[in-house]
Amino acid sequence: MNISNSISQQKLKWRIFNDRLFSIVMMSLAFISALPLLSILYQLIKKGYKQIRLNFFIEVAPDTMEAMMAKVNHEIIPGGIANGIVGTLIIVGMASLIAIPLGLICGIYLSETSKGKMAGLVRFVVDMLQGVPSIVLGVIAYIWIVKPVTSGFSALAGSVALSIMMLPSIIRSTEETLKMIPSTLKEAALSLGVPYHRTIFKVLLPTGMSGIATGIILGISRIAGETAPLMLTALGSSAINLDITQPSSAIPLLVWEFYNDPNLIDLIWGASLILLLIIFLLNLGAKAIAKKWKVQY
Amino acid sequence: MESTILNKEDEKIIQIESTILNIDELSVSYGGDKYSIDKVSAGIQKNKITAIMGPSGCGKSTLLRAINRMHELYPETHHKGSITLGGEDIYKINPIQLRRKIGMVFQRPNPFPTMSIYDNVIAAYILNGIKLKRSEKNEIVERSLREVGLWDETKDVLHKRGTFLSGGQQQRLCIARALAYKPEVILLDEPTSALDPIATAKIEDLLVKLKKNYTIILVTHNMGQAARISDYSMFMYLGELVEYGKTKKMFTTPKDERTEAYLMGKFG
Ligand SMILES: Nc1ncnc2c1ncn2[C@@H]1O[C@H](COP(=O)(O)OP(=O)(O)O)[C@@H](O)[C@H]1O
Ligand SMILES: [Mg+2]
Repeated sequence: MNISNSISQQKLKWRIFNDRLFSIVMMSLAFISALPLLSILYQLIKKGYKQIRLNFFIEVAPDTMEAMMAKVNHEIIPGGIANGIVGTLIIVGMASLIAIPLGLICGIYLSETSKGKMAGLVRFVVDMLQGVPSIVLGVIAYIWIVKPVTSGFSALAGSVALSIMMLPSIIRSTEETLKMIPSTLKEAALSLGVPYHRTIFKVLLPTGMSGIATGIILGISRIAGETAPLMLTALGSSAINLDITQPSSAIPLLVWEFYNDPNLIDLIWGASLILLLIIFLLNLGAKAIAKKWKVQY
Repeated sequence: MESTILNKEDEKIIQIESTILNIDELSVSYGGDKYSIDKVSAGIQKNKITAIMGPSGCGKSTLLRAINRMHELYPETHHKGSITLGGEDIYKINPIQLRRKIGMVFQRPNPFPTMSIYDNVIAAYILNGIKLKRSEKNEIVERSLREVGLWDETKDVLHKRGTFLSGGQQQRLCIARALAYKPEVILLDEPTSALDPIATAKIEDLLVKLKKNYTIILVTHNMGQAARISDYSMFMYLGELVEYGKTKKMFTTPKDERTEAYLMGKFG
Protein backbone atom coordinates (compact mmCIF):
# COMPACT_ATOMS: atom_id res chain seq x y z
CA MET A 1 0.00 0.00 0.00
CA ASN A 2 2.56 2.53 1.14
CA ILE A 3 4.55 2.97 -2.01
CA SER A 4 5.76 6.45 -1.15
CA ASN A 5 7.57 5.09 1.86
CA SER A 6 9.45 2.56 -0.18
CA ILE A 7 10.79 5.30 -2.45
CA SER A 8 13.51 7.25 -0.77
CA GLN A 9 13.25 11.00 -0.37
CA GLN A 10 16.17 11.35 -2.75
CA LYS A 11 14.45 9.47 -5.51
CA LEU A 12 11.28 11.47 -5.02
CA LYS A 13 13.14 14.75 -5.49
CA TRP A 14 14.78 13.38 -8.59
CA ARG A 15 11.39 12.46 -9.99
CA ILE A 16 9.93 15.87 -9.33
CA PHE A 17 12.98 17.48 -10.91
CA ASN A 18 12.62 15.16 -13.88
CA ASP A 19 8.97 16.10 -14.30
CA ARG A 20 9.79 19.79 -14.25
CA LEU A 21 12.66 19.37 -16.67
CA PHE A 22 10.41 17.45 -18.99
CA SER A 23 7.74 20.13 -19.08
CA ILE A 24 10.33 22.87 -19.57
CA VAL A 25 11.86 21.00 -22.50
CA MET A 26 8.40 20.41 -23.97
CA MET A 27 7.50 24.06 -23.68
CA SER A 28 10.75 25.20 -25.25
CA LEU A 29 10.33 22.79 -28.14
CA ALA A 30 6.78 23.97 -28.68
CA PHE A 31 7.99 27.55 -28.68
CA ILE A 32 10.80 26.76 -31.12
CA SER A 33 8.37 25.16 -33.55
CA ALA A 34 6.14 28.23 -33.31
CA LEU A 35 9.09 30.53 -34.00
CA PRO A 36 9.11 30.30 -37.80
CA LEU A 37 5.42 31.21 -37.88
CA LEU A 38 5.95 34.15 -35.56
CA SER A 39 8.92 35.41 -37.53
CA ILE A 40 7.02 35.07 -40.82
CA LEU A 41 4.18 37.07 -39.37
CA TYR A 42 6.60 39.67 -38.03
CA GLN A 43 8.33 40.04 -41.40
CA LEU A 44 5.08 40.29 -43.31
CA ILE A 45 3.61 42.89 -41.01
CA LYS A 46 6.81 44.91 -40.86
CA LYS A 47 7.30 45.03 -44.58
CA GLY A 48 3.67 44.86 -45.70
CA TYR A 49 1.66 47.10 -43.43
CA LYS A 50 2.48 50.26 -45.37
CA GLN A 51 0.94 48.83 -48.53
CA ILE A 52 -2.31 47.97 -46.86
CA ARG A 53 -4.65 50.86 -47.40
CA LEU A 54 -8.14 50.92 -48.88
CA ASN A 55 -6.70 51.07 -52.44
CA PHE A 56 -4.96 47.81 -51.79
CA PHE A 57 -8.33 46.07 -51.71
CA ILE A 58 -10.16 47.94 -54.46
CA GLU A 59 -7.52 48.58 -57.13
CA VAL A 60 -5.96 46.08 -59.47
CA ALA A 61 -2.25 45.34 -59.48
CA PRO A 62 -0.14 48.09 -61.03
CA ASP A 63 1.93 47.46 -64.13
CA THR A 64 5.67 47.53 -63.92
CA MET A 65 5.95 51.11 -65.33
CA GLU A 66 3.61 52.63 -62.75
CA ALA A 67 5.49 50.86 -59.99
CA MET A 68 8.85 52.01 -61.33
CA MET A 69 7.73 55.63 -61.46
CA ALA A 70 6.48 55.48 -57.90
CA LYS A 71 9.75 53.97 -56.77
CA VAL A 72 11.78 56.63 -58.51
CA ASN A 73 9.70 59.30 -56.78
CA HIS A 74 9.99 57.49 -53.44
CA GLU A 75 6.25 57.05 -53.27
CA ILE A 76 4.24 54.07 -52.16
CA ILE A 77 3.59 51.77 -55.11
CA PRO A 78 0.05 52.49 -56.37
CA GLY A 79 -2.68 49.93 -56.99
CA GLY A 80 -3.62 46.86 -55.06
CA ILE A 81 -4.58 43.25 -55.37
CA ALA A 82 -8.31 43.54 -56.12
CA ASN A 83 -7.96 41.33 -59.21
CA GLY A 84 -6.32 38.68 -57.04
CA ILE A 85 -8.90 38.91 -54.24
CA VAL A 86 -11.83 38.66 -56.64
CA GLY A 87 -10.11 35.84 -58.52
CA THR A 88 -9.40 33.90 -55.35
CA LEU A 89 -12.99 34.35 -54.15
CA ILE A 90 -14.39 33.11 -57.46
CA ILE A 91 -11.96 30.25 -57.98
CA VAL A 92 -12.10 29.02 -54.38
CA GLY A 93 -15.87 29.57 -54.19
CA MET A 94 -16.47 27.56 -57.31
CA ALA A 95 -14.06 24.85 -56.18
CA SER A 96 -16.10 24.59 -52.97
CA LEU A 97 -19.34 24.37 -54.93
CA ILE A 98 -17.91 21.41 -56.81
CA ALA A 99 -16.12 19.70 -53.94
CA ILE A 100 -18.59 20.07 -51.06
CA PRO A 101 -21.53 18.12 -52.50
CA LEU A 102 -19.25 15.46 -53.98
CA GLY A 103 -17.22 15.18 -50.81
CA LEU A 104 -20.31 15.01 -48.59
CA ILE A 105 -21.90 12.27 -50.64
CA CYS A 106 -18.67 10.32 -50.78
CA GLY A 107 -18.10 10.76 -47.03
CA ILE A 108 -21.66 9.67 -46.24
CA TYR A 109 -21.23 6.64 -48.46
CA LEU A 110 -18.02 5.64 -46.71
CA SER A 111 -19.43 6.15 -43.22
CA GLU A 112 -22.47 4.05 -44.07
CA THR A 113 -20.47 1.33 -45.81
CA SER A 114 -17.71 0.24 -43.51
CA LYS A 115 -17.10 -3.01 -45.33
CA GLY A 116 -17.16 -3.99 -48.99
CA LYS A 117 -14.85 -3.88 -51.98
CA MET A 118 -16.23 -0.69 -53.47
CA ALA A 119 -15.86 1.26 -50.20
CA GLY A 120 -12.31 -0.07 -49.81
CA LEU A 121 -11.47 1.08 -53.31
CA VAL A 122 -12.93 4.53 -52.71
CA ARG A 123 -10.99 4.85 -49.45
CA PHE A 124 -7.79 3.85 -51.25
CA VAL A 125 -8.38 6.37 -54.03
CA VAL A 126 -9.08 9.13 -51.50
CA ASP A 127 -5.86 8.34 -49.66
CA MET A 128 -3.92 8.38 -52.91
CA LEU A 129 -5.54 11.65 -53.92
CA GLN A 130 -4.34 13.22 -50.71
CA GLY A 131 -0.77 12.49 -51.79
CA VAL A 132 -1.01 13.73 -55.38
CA PRO A 133 1.20 16.82 -55.79
CA SER A 134 -0.88 19.90 -56.51
CA ILE A 135 1.00 20.62 -59.72
CA VAL A 136 -0.15 17.26 -61.05
CA LEU A 137 -3.74 18.22 -60.32
CA GLY A 138 -3.03 21.37 -62.32
CA VAL A 139 -1.88 19.23 -65.24
CA ILE A 140 -5.03 17.12 -64.96
CA ALA A 141 -7.29 20.17 -64.95
CA TYR A 142 -5.34 21.48 -67.92
CA ILE A 143 -6.05 18.29 -69.85
CA TRP A 144 -9.69 18.06 -68.73
CA ILE A 145 -10.80 21.66 -68.88
CA VAL A 146 -8.31 24.09 -70.40
CA LYS A 147 -8.00 22.23 -73.67
CA PRO A 148 -11.42 20.68 -74.31
CA VAL A 149 -13.89 22.83 -72.32
CA THR A 150 -12.79 26.44 -72.13
CA SER A 151 -10.26 26.21 -74.98
CA GLY A 152 -7.86 28.37 -73.07
CA PHE A 153 -6.77 29.13 -69.51
CA SER A 154 -9.74 29.77 -67.24
CA ALA A 155 -10.90 30.30 -63.69
CA LEU A 156 -13.07 27.20 -64.10
CA ALA A 157 -10.03 25.03 -64.78
CA GLY A 158 -8.40 26.42 -61.65
CA SER A 159 -11.51 25.60 -59.63
CA VAL A 160 -11.55 22.04 -60.90
CA ALA A 161 -7.91 21.54 -59.93
CA LEU A 162 -8.51 22.98 -56.46
CA SER A 163 -11.75 21.08 -55.96
CA ILE A 164 -9.92 17.80 -56.45
CA MET A 165 -7.43 18.98 -53.87
CA MET A 166 -10.21 19.74 -51.38
CA LEU A 167 -12.02 16.45 -51.79
CA PRO A 168 -9.94 14.21 -49.52
CA SER A 169 -10.22 16.44 -46.48
CA ILE A 170 -13.98 16.89 -46.93
CA ILE A 171 -14.54 13.18 -47.51
CA ARG A 172 -12.45 12.14 -44.56
CA SER A 173 -13.85 14.64 -42.11
CA THR A 174 -17.40 13.78 -43.16
CA GLU A 175 -16.74 10.07 -42.80
CA GLU A 176 -15.00 10.39 -39.44
CA THR A 177 -17.59 12.78 -38.03
CA LEU A 178 -20.54 10.66 -39.06
CA LYS A 179 -18.92 7.52 -37.69
CA MET A 180 -18.61 9.18 -34.29
CA ILE A 181 -22.36 9.74 -34.04
CA PRO A 182 -23.92 7.03 -31.88
CA SER A 183 -25.91 4.56 -33.96
CA THR A 184 -28.78 5.00 -31.51
CA LEU A 185 -29.64 8.34 -33.13
CA LYS A 186 -30.02 6.72 -36.49
CA GLU A 187 -32.10 3.98 -34.92
CA ALA A 188 -34.27 6.57 -33.19
CA ALA A 189 -35.07 8.19 -36.51
CA LEU A 190 -35.66 4.94 -38.36
CA SER A 191 -37.90 3.69 -35.55
CA LEU A 192 -40.09 6.74 -36.12
CA GLY A 193 -40.69 5.54 -39.64
CA VAL A 194 -38.30 8.07 -41.13
CA PRO A 195 -36.92 6.84 -44.47
CA TYR A 196 -33.21 6.15 -44.68
CA HIS A 197 -32.26 9.12 -46.88
CA ARG A 198 -34.16 11.53 -44.65
CA THR A 199 -32.50 10.03 -41.60
CA ILE A 200 -29.14 10.83 -43.14
CA PHE A 201 -29.92 14.33 -44.31
CA LYS A 202 -32.16 15.46 -41.45
CA VAL A 203 -30.58 13.71 -38.48
CA LEU A 204 -27.03 12.56 -39.12
CA LEU A 205 -25.79 15.52 -41.17
CA PRO A 206 -27.16 18.21 -38.82
CA THR A 207 -25.79 16.32 -35.83
CA GLY A 208 -22.36 16.12 -37.43
CA MET A 209 -22.53 19.64 -38.84
CA SER A 210 -19.80 21.05 -36.63
CA GLY A 211 -17.21 18.43 -37.60
CA ILE A 212 -18.17 18.48 -41.25
CA ALA A 213 -18.14 22.28 -41.53
CA THR A 214 -14.78 22.37 -39.80
CA GLY A 215 -13.40 19.90 -42.34
CA ILE A 216 -14.79 21.94 -45.21
CA ILE A 217 -13.32 25.21 -43.94
CA LEU A 218 -9.94 23.63 -43.33
CA GLY A 219 -10.13 22.24 -46.86
CA ILE A 220 -10.84 25.73 -48.19
CA SER A 221 -8.00 27.22 -46.20
CA ARG A 222 -5.69 24.58 -47.63
CA ILE A 223 -6.45 25.46 -51.23
CA ALA A 224 -6.71 29.22 -50.81
CA GLY A 225 -2.94 29.59 -50.94
CA GLU A 226 -2.27 27.10 -53.75
CA THR A 227 -0.22 28.52 -56.58
CA ALA A 228 1.20 25.75 -58.75
CA PRO A 229 -2.07 24.28 -60.06
CA LEU A 230 -3.36 27.78 -60.85
CA MET A 231 -0.34 28.55 -63.01
CA LEU A 232 -1.40 25.78 -65.36
CA THR A 233 -5.09 26.63 -65.28
CA ALA A 234 -6.23 30.11 -64.26
CA LEU A 235 -2.94 31.60 -65.47
CA GLY A 236 -3.51 35.12 -64.12
CA SER A 237 -5.06 38.34 -65.32
CA SER A 238 -4.21 41.98 -64.82
CA ALA A 239 -7.88 42.94 -64.72
CA ILE A 240 -10.75 41.85 -62.51
CA ASN A 241 -12.45 39.07 -64.39
CA LEU A 242 -15.88 37.69 -63.55
CA ASP A 243 -16.14 35.33 -66.52
CA ILE A 244 -15.21 31.85 -65.34
CA THR A 245 -14.25 30.73 -68.83
CA GLN A 246 -11.53 33.39 -69.00
CA PRO A 247 -8.12 33.53 -67.32
CA SER A 248 -8.25 34.91 -63.82
CA SER A 249 -5.88 36.20 -61.23
CA ALA A 250 -5.64 34.94 -57.66
CA ILE A 251 -3.75 36.24 -54.63
CA PRO A 252 -1.05 33.55 -54.70
CA LEU A 253 -0.62 34.08 -58.47
CA LEU A 254 -0.07 37.79 -57.79
CA VAL A 255 2.57 37.00 -55.19
CA TRP A 256 4.35 34.95 -57.79
CA GLU A 257 4.06 37.71 -60.40
CA PHE A 258 5.33 40.35 -57.96
CA TYR A 259 8.26 38.13 -57.13
CA ASN A 260 9.24 37.93 -60.77
CA ASP A 261 9.16 41.67 -61.34
CA PRO A 262 11.88 43.71 -59.60
CA ASN A 263 9.65 46.80 -59.73
CA LEU A 264 6.75 45.06 -58.05
CA ILE A 265 8.66 42.96 -55.58
CA ASP A 266 7.77 45.21 -52.65
CA LEU A 267 4.11 44.29 -53.10
CA ILE A 268 4.83 40.70 -52.12
CA TRP A 269 4.60 41.52 -48.43
CA GLY A 270 1.21 43.11 -48.46
CA ALA A 271 -0.25 40.45 -50.73
CA SER A 272 1.20 37.63 -48.64
CA LEU A 273 -0.07 39.22 -45.47
CA ILE A 274 -3.61 39.38 -46.84
CA LEU A 275 -3.40 35.77 -47.98
CA LEU A 276 -2.14 34.68 -44.59
CA LEU A 277 -4.84 36.66 -42.82
CA ILE A 278 -7.54 35.04 -44.95
CA ILE A 279 -6.20 31.61 -44.07
CA PHE A 280 -5.92 32.54 -40.39
CA LEU A 281 -9.49 33.78 -40.36
CA LEU A 282 -10.70 30.59 -42.01
CA ASN A 283 -8.93 28.55 -39.38
CA LEU A 284 -10.31 30.66 -36.58
CA GLY A 285 -13.75 30.35 -38.13
CA ALA A 286 -13.34 26.58 -38.23
CA LYS A 287 -12.44 26.56 -34.54
CA ALA A 288 -15.36 28.80 -33.64
CA ILE A 289 -17.79 26.64 -35.57
CA ALA A 290 -16.42 23.47 -34.04
CA LYS A 291 -17.07 24.97 -30.64
CA LYS A 292 -20.35 26.73 -31.28
CA TRP A 293 -22.11 24.00 -33.27
CA LYS A 294 -20.83 21.16 -31.17
CA VAL A 295 -23.71 18.93 -30.18
CA GLN A 296 -23.83 16.88 -27.08
CA TYR A 297 -25.36 13.45 -27.42
CA MET B 1 -64.97 4.65 -8.14
CA GLU B 2 -64.22 5.87 -11.56
CA SER B 3 -61.20 3.68 -12.05
CA THR B 4 -63.15 0.46 -11.49
CA ILE B 5 -65.60 1.45 -14.19
CA LEU B 6 -62.74 2.09 -16.55
CA ASN B 7 -61.18 -1.23 -15.72
CA LYS B 8 -64.41 -3.05 -16.48
CA GLU B 9 -64.65 -1.31 -19.82
CA ASP B 10 -61.06 -2.19 -20.53
CA GLU B 11 -61.73 -5.80 -19.82
CA LYS B 12 -64.65 -5.86 -22.23
CA ILE B 13 -62.48 -4.42 -24.97
CA ILE B 14 -59.79 -6.94 -24.24
CA GLN B 15 -62.26 -9.77 -24.49
CA ILE B 16 -63.50 -8.61 -27.84
CA GLU B 17 -60.10 -8.40 -29.50
CA SER B 18 -57.38 -9.44 -27.17
CA THR B 19 -54.47 -10.54 -29.34
CA ILE B 20 -53.04 -7.58 -31.21
CA LEU B 21 -49.77 -9.12 -32.34
CA ASN B 22 -49.39 -12.72 -33.25
CA ILE B 23 -45.90 -14.12 -33.45
CA ASP B 24 -45.84 -17.47 -35.17
CA GLU B 25 -42.80 -19.77 -35.26
CA LEU B 26 -40.51 -16.78 -35.71
CA SER B 27 -36.81 -17.44 -36.19
CA VAL B 28 -34.36 -14.62 -36.86
CA SER B 29 -30.79 -14.89 -38.05
CA TYR B 30 -28.16 -12.18 -38.40
CA GLY B 31 -26.59 -14.12 -41.26
CA GLY B 32 -25.79 -17.72 -42.13
CA ASP B 33 -27.81 -20.52 -40.57
CA LYS B 34 -27.31 -19.60 -36.93
CA TYR B 35 -30.63 -18.36 -35.58
CA SER B 36 -30.51 -15.92 -32.67
CA ILE B 37 -34.13 -16.66 -31.86
CA ASP B 38 -35.66 -19.94 -32.78
CA LYS B 39 -39.32 -20.71 -33.50
CA VAL B 40 -40.81 -18.20 -31.09
CA SER B 41 -44.61 -18.21 -30.95
CA ALA B 42 -46.69 -15.89 -28.80
CA GLY B 43 -49.86 -13.82 -28.93
CA ILE B 44 -49.33 -10.36 -27.49
CA GLN B 45 -52.34 -9.03 -25.60
CA LYS B 46 -53.78 -5.66 -26.41
CA ASN B 47 -53.53 -2.93 -23.77
CA LYS B 48 -51.32 -5.07 -21.59
CA ILE B 49 -47.70 -4.86 -20.61
CA THR B 50 -45.74 -7.87 -21.74
CA ALA B 51 -42.27 -8.25 -20.26
CA ILE B 52 -39.52 -10.15 -22.03
CA MET B 53 -36.93 -11.51 -19.61
CA GLY B 54 -33.90 -13.69 -19.89
CA PRO B 55 -30.15 -13.69 -19.49
CA SER B 56 -28.07 -11.42 -21.65
CA GLY B 57 -27.66 -12.61 -25.22
CA CYS B 58 -30.76 -14.83 -25.17
CA GLY B 59 -32.40 -12.91 -27.99
CA LYS B 60 -34.70 -10.44 -26.19
CA SER B 61 -33.63 -7.47 -28.30
CA THR B 62 -33.69 -9.55 -31.44
CA LEU B 63 -37.29 -10.57 -30.83
CA LEU B 64 -38.29 -7.00 -29.96
CA ARG B 65 -36.61 -5.55 -33.02
CA ALA B 66 -38.18 -8.14 -35.29
CA ILE B 67 -41.57 -6.76 -34.27
CA ASN B 68 -40.94 -3.39 -35.94
CA ARG B 69 -38.39 -4.80 -38.37
CA MET B 70 -35.52 -2.78 -36.92
CA HIS B 71 -33.36 -5.91 -37.10
CA GLU B 72 -33.32 -5.39 -40.86
CA LEU B 73 -30.77 -2.60 -40.36
CA TYR B 74 -28.22 -5.38 -40.43
CA PRO B 75 -28.20 -6.27 -44.10
CA GLU B 76 -27.64 -10.00 -43.72
CA THR B 77 -30.59 -10.74 -41.48
CA HIS B 78 -33.28 -13.15 -42.54
CA HIS B 79 -36.22 -14.73 -40.80
CA LYS B 80 -38.64 -17.62 -40.92
CA GLY B 81 -42.15 -17.65 -39.55
CA SER B 82 -44.46 -14.66 -39.32
CA ILE B 83 -45.76 -11.80 -37.23
CA THR B 84 -49.17 -10.30 -37.76
CA LEU B 85 -50.40 -6.98 -36.44
CA GLY B 86 -54.20 -6.94 -36.21
CA GLY B 87 -54.22 -9.83 -38.68
CA GLU B 88 -51.92 -8.15 -41.19
CA ASP B 89 -48.54 -9.71 -42.00
CA ILE B 90 -45.97 -7.13 -40.87
CA TYR B 91 -43.44 -8.37 -43.39
CA LYS B 92 -45.86 -7.33 -46.13
CA ILE B 93 -46.27 -3.82 -44.73
CA ASN B 94 -43.69 -1.26 -45.77
CA PRO B 95 -41.29 -1.08 -42.80
CA ILE B 96 -41.63 2.70 -42.75
CA GLN B 97 -45.42 2.44 -42.40
CA LEU B 98 -45.04 -0.35 -39.87
CA ARG B 99 -42.74 1.66 -37.62
CA ARG B 100 -45.28 4.43 -37.49
CA LYS B 101 -47.70 1.90 -35.97
CA ILE B 102 -45.13 0.27 -33.68
CA GLY B 103 -42.99 2.80 -31.84
CA MET B 104 -39.74 2.06 -30.09
CA VAL B 105 -37.82 3.31 -27.05
CA PHE B 106 -34.19 2.42 -26.54
CA GLN B 107 -31.89 1.50 -23.71
CA ARG B 108 -30.11 4.85 -23.57
CA PRO B 109 -32.23 7.97 -23.90
CA ASN B 110 -31.54 9.28 -27.39
CA PRO B 111 -33.29 12.58 -28.02
CA PHE B 112 -32.14 14.26 -31.23
CA PRO B 113 -29.33 16.49 -29.99
CA THR B 114 -29.86 19.24 -32.55
CA MET B 115 -33.55 19.62 -31.72
CA SER B 116 -35.43 21.44 -28.99
CA ILE B 117 -37.67 19.58 -26.58
CA TYR B 118 -40.64 20.79 -28.62
CA ASP B 119 -39.19 19.56 -31.91
CA ASN B 120 -38.13 16.27 -30.37
CA VAL B 121 -41.73 15.48 -29.49
CA ILE B 122 -42.93 16.11 -33.04
CA ALA B 123 -39.73 14.74 -34.59
CA ALA B 124 -41.69 12.04 -36.40
CA TYR B 125 -43.65 14.73 -38.23
CA ILE B 126 -40.69 17.02 -38.83
CA LEU B 127 -38.40 14.29 -40.10
CA ASN B 128 -41.08 12.76 -42.27
CA GLY B 129 -41.75 16.15 -43.82
CA ILE B 130 -45.37 16.25 -42.63
CA LYS B 131 -46.52 19.86 -42.42
CA LEU B 132 -48.65 20.72 -39.42
CA LYS B 133 -50.35 23.92 -38.39
CA ARG B 134 -48.87 25.70 -35.43
CA SER B 135 -51.95 24.85 -33.35
CA GLU B 136 -51.76 21.18 -34.30
CA LYS B 137 -48.12 21.05 -33.31
CA ASN B 138 -48.81 22.73 -29.98
CA GLU B 139 -51.59 20.29 -29.33
CA ILE B 140 -49.50 17.20 -30.11
CA VAL B 141 -46.60 18.48 -28.03
CA GLU B 142 -48.80 19.22 -25.04
CA ARG B 143 -50.75 15.98 -25.29
CA SER B 144 -47.64 13.83 -25.67
CA LEU B 145 -45.71 15.56 -22.90
CA ARG B 146 -48.73 15.32 -20.60
CA GLU B 147 -49.04 11.63 -21.40
CA VAL B 148 -45.50 11.05 -20.14
CA GLY B 149 -45.84 13.44 -17.20
CA LEU B 150 -43.26 15.84 -18.54
CA TRP B 151 -45.45 18.78 -19.39
CA ASP B 152 -45.23 20.63 -16.09
CA GLU B 153 -41.47 20.23 -15.95
CA THR B 154 -40.81 21.38 -19.49
CA LYS B 155 -43.60 23.72 -20.55
CA ASP B 156 -41.43 26.77 -19.90
CA VAL B 157 -38.28 25.42 -21.54
CA LEU B 158 -39.71 23.83 -24.66
CA HIS B 159 -37.25 25.69 -26.86
CA LYS B 160 -34.25 24.24 -25.05
CA ARG B 161 -32.34 21.29 -26.38
CA GLY B 162 -33.69 17.89 -25.39
CA THR B 163 -30.23 16.87 -24.22
CA PHE B 164 -30.47 19.56 -21.55
CA LEU B 165 -32.85 17.39 -19.53
CA SER B 166 -31.87 14.79 -16.94
CA GLY B 167 -31.54 11.15 -18.01
CA GLY B 168 -34.97 10.17 -16.72
CA GLN B 169 -36.60 13.21 -18.31
CA GLN B 170 -34.82 12.47 -21.58
CA GLN B 171 -36.17 8.95 -21.54
CA ARG B 172 -39.70 10.24 -20.94
CA LEU B 173 -39.15 12.67 -23.79
CA CYS B 174 -38.19 9.73 -25.99
CA ILE B 175 -41.39 7.95 -24.96
CA ALA B 176 -43.34 11.12 -25.80
CA ARG B 177 -41.62 11.19 -29.16
CA ALA B 178 -42.70 7.61 -29.80
CA LEU B 179 -46.27 8.43 -28.74
CA ALA B 180 -46.68 11.55 -30.89
CA TYR B 181 -47.63 9.43 -33.88
CA LYS B 182 -50.22 7.51 -31.84
CA PRO B 183 -48.78 4.07 -32.47
CA GLU B 184 -50.69 0.93 -31.54
CA VAL B 185 -47.76 -0.82 -29.91
CA ILE B 186 -44.72 0.53 -28.07
CA LEU B 187 -41.57 -1.53 -27.80
CA LEU B 188 -39.13 -0.67 -25.04
CA ASP B 189 -35.69 -2.26 -24.84
CA GLU B 190 -34.41 -2.05 -21.25
CA PRO B 191 -35.61 1.57 -21.04
CA THR B 192 -34.55 2.05 -17.43
CA SER B 193 -31.20 0.31 -17.36
CA ALA B 194 -29.34 3.63 -17.66
CA LEU B 195 -31.48 5.40 -15.05
CA ASP B 196 -31.43 5.84 -11.30
CA PRO B 197 -34.10 4.20 -9.10
CA ILE B 198 -36.28 7.31 -8.82
CA ALA B 199 -36.32 7.92 -12.56
CA THR B 200 -36.93 4.20 -13.04
CA ALA B 201 -39.94 4.27 -10.73
CA LYS B 202 -41.39 7.20 -12.67
CA ILE B 203 -41.04 5.37 -15.96
CA GLU B 204 -42.64 2.28 -14.46
CA ASP B 205 -45.64 4.28 -13.22
CA LEU B 206 -45.86 5.89 -16.61
CA LEU B 207 -45.92 2.57 -18.46
CA VAL B 208 -48.73 1.33 -16.26
CA LYS B 209 -50.73 4.45 -17.15
CA LEU B 210 -49.93 4.16 -20.82
CA LYS B 211 -51.28 0.66 -21.24
CA LYS B 212 -54.77 2.09 -21.21
CA ASN B 213 -54.13 3.45 -24.69
CA TYR B 214 -51.26 1.40 -25.98
CA THR B 215 -49.96 -2.13 -26.04
CA ILE B 216 -46.57 -2.28 -24.38
CA ILE B 217 -43.78 -4.79 -24.84
CA LEU B 218 -40.91 -4.29 -22.46
CA VAL B 219 -37.54 -6.00 -22.49
CA THR B 220 -36.11 -5.94 -19.01
CA HIS B 221 -33.16 -7.46 -17.25
CA ASN B 222 -34.82 -6.55 -14.00
CA MET B 223 -37.12 -9.24 -12.68
CA GLY B 224 -38.54 -6.92 -10.05
CA GLN B 225 -39.62 -4.55 -12.79
CA ALA B 226 -41.35 -7.31 -14.71
CA ALA B 227 -43.09 -8.45 -11.52
CA ARG B 228 -44.17 -4.94 -10.62
CA ILE B 229 -45.64 -3.72 -13.85
CA SER B 230 -46.16 -6.45 -16.41
CA ASP B 231 -49.34 -8.42 -17.00
CA TYR B 232 -47.69 -11.09 -19.09
CA SER B 233 -44.13 -12.33 -19.07
CA MET B 234 -41.92 -14.20 -21.45
CA PHE B 235 -38.83 -16.00 -20.36
CA MET B 236 -36.27 -16.58 -23.09
CA TYR B 237 -33.20 -18.71 -22.94
CA LEU B 238 -30.63 -19.30 -25.70
CA GLY B 239 -32.97 -17.97 -28.37
CA GLU B 240 -35.87 -20.09 -27.26
CA LEU B 241 -39.11 -18.83 -25.74
CA VAL B 242 -39.15 -21.09 -22.71
CA GLU B 243 -42.25 -19.82 -21.02
CA TYR B 244 -44.95 -17.27 -21.66
CA GLY B 245 -47.94 -16.51 -19.50
CA LYS B 246 -49.52 -14.31 -16.87
CA THR B 247 -46.78 -12.67 -14.87
CA LYS B 248 -48.28 -13.53 -11.49
CA LYS B 249 -48.55 -17.15 -12.42
CA MET B 250 -45.06 -17.32 -13.84
CA PHE B 251 -43.48 -15.76 -10.78
CA THR B 252 -45.36 -18.00 -8.37
CA THR B 253 -45.57 -21.29 -10.22
CA PRO B 254 -43.16 -21.37 -13.17
CA LYS B 255 -43.75 -24.33 -15.45
CA ASP B 256 -40.20 -24.79 -16.71
CA GLU B 257 -37.27 -25.47 -14.43
CA ARG B 258 -35.10 -23.02 -16.40
CA THR B 259 -37.60 -20.27 -15.67
CA GLU B 260 -37.54 -21.25 -12.04
CA ALA B 261 -33.76 -21.20 -11.96
CA TYR B 262 -33.72 -17.76 -13.59
CA LEU B 263 -36.29 -16.36 -11.20
CA MET B 264 -34.23 -17.65 -8.31
CA GLY B 265 -31.30 -15.71 -9.66
CA LYS B 266 -29.26 -18.59 -10.95
CA PHE B 267 -28.44 -16.98 -14.33
CA GLY B 268 -26.69 -13.68 -14.88
N1 LIG C 1 -25.94 -7.27 -35.16
C1 LIG C 1 -25.73 -8.55 -34.82
N2 LIG C 1 -25.01 -9.35 -35.63
C2 LIG C 1 -24.78 -10.63 -35.31
N3 LIG C 1 -25.24 -11.23 -34.20
C3 LIG C 1 -25.97 -10.49 -33.35
C4 LIG C 1 -26.26 -9.11 -33.62
N4 LIG C 1 -27.01 -8.64 -32.61
C5 LIG C 1 -27.17 -9.66 -31.75
N5 LIG C 1 -26.55 -10.78 -32.20
C6 LIG C 1 -26.53 -12.09 -31.53
O1 LIG C 1 -27.85 -12.52 -31.32
C7 LIG C 1 -28.00 -13.09 -30.06
C8 LIG C 1 -29.11 -12.43 -29.29
O2 LIG C 1 -28.73 -11.06 -29.05
P1 LIG C 1 -29.73 -10.03 -28.40
O3 LIG C 1 -31.05 -10.18 -29.05
O4 LIG C 1 -29.08 -8.72 -28.47
O5 LIG C 1 -29.79 -10.55 -26.90
P2 LIG C 1 -30.33 -9.82 -25.59
O6 LIG C 1 -31.02 -8.57 -26.01
O7 LIG C 1 -31.22 -10.81 -24.97
O8 LIG C 1 -29.15 -9.56 -24.75
C9 LIG C 1 -26.66 -13.01 -29.35
O9 LIG C 1 -26.02 -14.26 -29.45
C10 LIG C 1 -25.90 -11.98 -30.15
O10 LIG C 1 -24.55 -12.31 -30.21
MG1 LIG D 1 -30.53 -6.52 -25.56
